[in-house]
Amino acid sequence: MTREAMKATGLDPDSIEVLEIDNDESAEREGFVGSPTIRVEGRDLQPPAAGQPTGLSCRVYRRRDGRTSPLPDPEDLREALRAATVG
Amino acid sequence: MAIAIGERAPDFDLPATDGRRHALASGSPAATVVYWTCNHCPYALAWHERLIDVARDYAERRVRVLAINSNDSERYPADSFEAMRDRLEREGGWPNPYLFDESQEVAAEWGAERTPDVYVLDSELRLRYRGAPDADYDDPSQRAGWLRDALDAVLEGRDPERAETEPVGCTIKWR
Repeated sequence: MTREAMKATGLDPDSIEVLEIDNDESAEREGFVGSPTIRVEGRDLQPPAAGQPTGLSCRVYRRRDGRTSPLPDPEDLREALRAATVG
Repeated sequence: MAIAIGERAPDFDLPATDGRRHALASGSPAATVVYWTCNHCPYALAWHERLIDVARDYAERRVRVLAINSNDSERYPADSFEAMRDRLEREGGWPNPYLFDESQEVAAEWGAERTPDVYVLDSELRLRYRGAPDADYDDPSQRAGWLRDALDAVLEGRDPERAETEPVGCTIKWR
């Protein structure tokens, strides 16, 4: 999904940095609140609420139509990528 | 260990958010649906409305539906018994009981792997379908079609055309 969005916005998908979080310590260190977490220029696509616990968990995203999903809305991702290229 | 198609499901007796205990071998339903779910998994949440719609739609046909949460609530407080009760209160109740398998023994005995993981039993509590509710968590129009197909077959005394599918969702969080 991220690779496709990168291609669609004219970015190089090979520049994606993948970080595997496999224990609670690294989750806490990275501020990881669940999988998948996608950050564009270090900014979370849907920044977690203050105080949301870190840990190895599945992440709940809200799509633009209000539905719950394990993945972010593709348009949110494209929008974040476009903003990063302009900025 | 997992139960095989045609095998009688192991019994259980678990507490639920309604303040009662629910045993599998109770009453005389025409069919029983047992599904594993939880509060925090996005796949379980995505399929949730479709599953409780099945509970509502098949209640008149004497189908009993039981939801079970077996996740480790120490590492995942969002799946604690208290959080389950809070959720039910917030959502105004479900048509089916929401059971807590704190010891995780029921999930282990049944071989449940994911949330959701759906089991359809016939009137003799033999397993007739196990797997996902339908083909796509992201498509509400599928209306838990695989589960409905299996239930319709069992209620009509037929073998489900599709007896097993791959459960899709978060893994059960074991201790």
